Amino acid sequence: MIKLVDLYKSFGDVHVLRGLNLEIEYGKTTSIIGRSGSGKSVLLKHIIGLLKPERGHVFIDDVDVTKLDEKEMNEIRKRFGMLFQGSALFDSMTVGENVAFPLREHSRLKESEIKQIVIERLRAVGLTGVEDKMPSEMSGGMKKRVGLARAIAMLPEIVLFDEPTTGLDPIMAEAINQLIVETQKNFNLTCIVISHDIHSIYTVSHKIAMLYDGVIVEYGTPDELRASTNPVTIQFLSGNIEGPITIV
Amino acid sequence: MNRADSFLDQLGKTVMRNIEEMGKIVMLFFSTVSWMVRPPLKIRDIFKQMEFVGVKSIFVVVLTGGFTGMVMALQGYHGFKMFSAEALVGSTVALGMTRELGPVLTSLMVTARAGSAMTAELGTMRVTEQIDALYVMAANPIKHLIVPRIIAGVLMVPILTIVADFVGILGGYFVGVEVLNINPGVFVKNIYKYVELDDIFNGLIKSAFFGLILSLIGCYKGFNTEGGAEGVGKAITEAVVLSSISILVSDYFLTAIMF
Ligand SMILES: Nc1ncnc2c1ncn2[C@@H]1O[C@H](COP(=O)(O)OP(=O)(O)OP(=O)(O)O)[C@@H](O)[C@H]1O
Ligand SMILES: [Mg+2]
Repeated sequence: MIKLVDLYKSFGDVHVLRGLNLEIEYGKTTSIIGRSGSGKSVLLKHIIGLLKPERGHVFIDDVDVTKLDEKEMNEIRKRFGMLFQGSALFDSMTVGENVAFPLREHSRLKESEIKQIVIERLRAVGLTGVEDKMPSEMSGGMKKRVGLARAIAMLPEIVLFDEPTTGLDPIMAEAINQLIVETQKNFNLTCIVISHDIHSIYTVSHKIAMLYDGVIVEYGTPDELRASTNPVTIQFLSGNIEGPITIV
Repeated sequence: MNRADSFLDQLGKTVMRNIEEMGKIVMLFFSTVSWMVRPPLKIRDIFKQMEFVGVKSIFVVVLTGGFTGMVMALQGYHGFKMFSAEALVGSTVALGMTRELGPVLTSLMVTARAGSAMTAELGTMRVTEQIDALYVMAANPIKHLIVPRIIAGVLMVPILTIVADFVGILGGYFVGVEVLNINPGVFVKNIYKYVELDDIFNGLIKSAFFGLILSLIGCYKGFNTEGGAEGVGKAITEAVVLSSISILVSDYFLTAIMF
């Protein structure tokens, strides 16, 4: 289980997380929703140790990762894959080298096996024959999908997706949703997904957490959220301008 | 607080900030060294950087070295002619190039060309989360990004300096012998007579040190970039200014120690 306990994080006088608690089960897909700028990406970065909280703990298997040094953290990180919101592809490497990167770093696979996996993963995200292209030659949505292929290259136990379907056309978005659902099921992965796409969220999630004002205000199954009586959740899911959440 | 106090306050803060930054650069150096001795080295990345820092700088270095040698011969000739010592033009050019101008000008050119590019590249990687991506994939950015660049800097700047020295002396020869009609035999003989292997060698030690400075500062500034494209621009400016100043200042002290 991944457990976030009483997390506090601020940048200057922007208080992003204010005592956030969340328990994420293994082998399930948990989505985090919330407004733009509410701190979803920041939350994800705390799980993988890219950011350290001012206060609070992040437990992965009862290990408090906020206390680990770089070397110990790396052992934990090997169990993770992550898709960044902006893809974060290495732009000095080809698409194929990007996807192969975690395999070359941490597996003892032969070069021919790595090539095969790269082709498979790229095909899974709907890309063929792009191995030798540079990231700068690809569209935003294509980059996102390469980032996705890289995140799942090793079939890590836990995958963090920061907006996997943003910027994709509706058909491709649906294909990626199916990919997440299937990969999660087939390999019993733990997926944590950030998304603004309500439809995607209902499709992929076992659990949904609503982040608002630096804390999780609602946490439950898709059905539970649909039946929620919390005015914040109702307003967010229906996209209503009127309600407790104000635009500015 | 009165004016003098706030001035001292500011001064103190600036000094502290610079000392702190220097400490961080030194610490980056040590962690780079510790990653350098831990196999496996990224041989491919090292060669890529060596090509970028070295091979692709040859043109500017040849141009700089050549014209510097030429202008030294021209200036030296007019000076030495006053007491009929034109024969010394060759050795003056050769000594000036090998001891001082070869190392310093080469390093400054490489700072402008490659040091700035290191900052730009690492800075862009920082603001587009590529460095975070390395951390997430349990790959150490110092080993992947900084070690190859520092190795390239330390190895290639001396090699480029040899090129600059050689072309500079050639340029001096061309102006001295072909344009100003100094006796070629005398020109060359005096070079052999006055330039010692130590002059060349010490110049190369200096340039290896400058190579370290410019790649270390270039990487440090890029690695610690904050705030989007504007931040990258700012980091590049700072890296070039700091590297250039550090090269010129350390040149004085290295010279004082070595010669
Ligand atoms: N490195 C940083 N330095 C300063 N402020 C930051 C940093 N990272 C995030 N923030 C701030 O933290 C807040 C939350 O940012 P975050 O990226 O987590 O939002 P988000 O919920 O992912 O939004 P979006 O849906 O638009 O991606 C924002 O106000 C942002 O300005
Ligand atoms: Mg985000």
